[in-house]
Amino acid sequence: MAASAATYKDRQLLAVIGDEDSVTGLLLAGIGHVTDPPEAQRNFLVVDAKTETSEIERAFQTFTQERKDIAIVLINQHIAERIRNSVDNFTDPFPAVLEIPSKDHPYDPEKDSVLKRVRRLFGE
Amino acid sequence: MSGAVGREPVFPTRQSLGLMKSKLKGAETGHSLLKRKSEALTKRFREITRRIDEAKQKMGRVMQIAAFSLAEVSYAVGGDIGYQVQESAKQARFRVRAKHENVSGVFLPQFESYTKDGINDFALTGLGKGGQQIQRCRETYARAVETLVELASLQTAFLILDEVIKVVNRRVNAIEHVIIPRTENTIKYINSELDELDREEFYRLKKVSNKKQRDNAAADAEILAARQKKKEAELQAQKSTPAQEATGATDATEAAEATEEAAEPEEPEPVDVLGEQEDNDVIF
Repeated sequence: MAASAATYKDRQLLAVIGDEDSVTGLLLAGIGHVTDPPEAQRNFLVVDAKTETSEIERAFQTFTQERKDIAIVLINQHIAERIRNSVDNFTDPFPAVLEIPSKDHPYDPEKDSVLKRVRRLFGE
Repeated sequence: MSGAVGREPVFPTRQSLGLMKSKLKGAETGHSLLKRKSEALTKRFREITRRIDEAKQKMGRVMQIAAFSLAEVSYAVGGDIGYQVQESAKQARFRVRAKHENVSGVFLPQFESYTKDGINDFALTGLGKGGQQIQRCRETYARAVETLVELASLQTAFLILDEVIKVVNRRVNAIEHVIIPRTENTIKYINSELDELDREEFYRLKKVSNKKQRDNAAADAEILAARQKKKEAELQAQKSTPAQEATGATDATEAAEATEEAAEPEEPEPVDVLGEQEDNDVIF
């Protein structure tokens, strides 16, 4: 199988791309991690109205492609919408990309890239 | 013979027939095994799909509750704690580890959350006021993240299973629609070629035995004819020898008596004798 034990053995962390409230909450739960300097990297990105799409895109690529210690990437659904193409194209099992609802944007199962596949498979 | 799938490039021999037969048998066994594997995976897949749907709904509710508790916090603290929280996050307390579960030879990862003790980045958060709310908020969010982790493992399993099922089904179809018909075609071809060779061989043997019979008959006839002729010749010889001896004797006496007189009448006689001998030679 493509996902051998080595690929997910040392994936321990969760990463977040979300609005301020979601990130704060999740950090309070204790998922925040900053790697040791000199190349300190945070595993979370706060997105507000002023954040560029390219920056979100870059963070998403970093979390999914470059960092090998992240097991799950949580991303707010309304932010995932902005980089929908990247999210839909990312089909590797690791890390798992999970679209989560945010306070201001209730969860819409129709937009979820995985649920879309589920629906398509069962012809609903 | 060579339908849409063709046949394998083999020589039609008994050995390759045996090979093809065992190959067909292997393909059928493999087909049934893969089919069963695909069914087991599909069963699991459907279960996971159903659970994903449920978990997504649950996640919606849980995140709503969590967001509400965060709102409580900002009300209690009376300001935004976001910045402070982001800055004080250093080490992840909440981590996941992956175990794997084996479903018909496919390893499905299962995330399991655990908290690393001794790390508390937010000891000072809410020290002034709202500490209780913050504590509750942390617990709520921890539960929410557990739900998310569960969902993530379901989703990962979903993605992996999806891929594996596709591969397995492709194999099943390839065996069912390409390998088995092709092997059957090859067996049919080898059988027909072997039959053809058998018929050819049979015909050849028949021809050879026919030819032998004919040759024998001819040889017999010749021998018979030869014997016949010999008999006839012997008979003829018996009849002609007395006369020949008489003439020979007279000739000899005549020759002895009158060699000087004339050579003319003598000459035809030896010619006759030679002619007789020649005939004898031919017969024997």
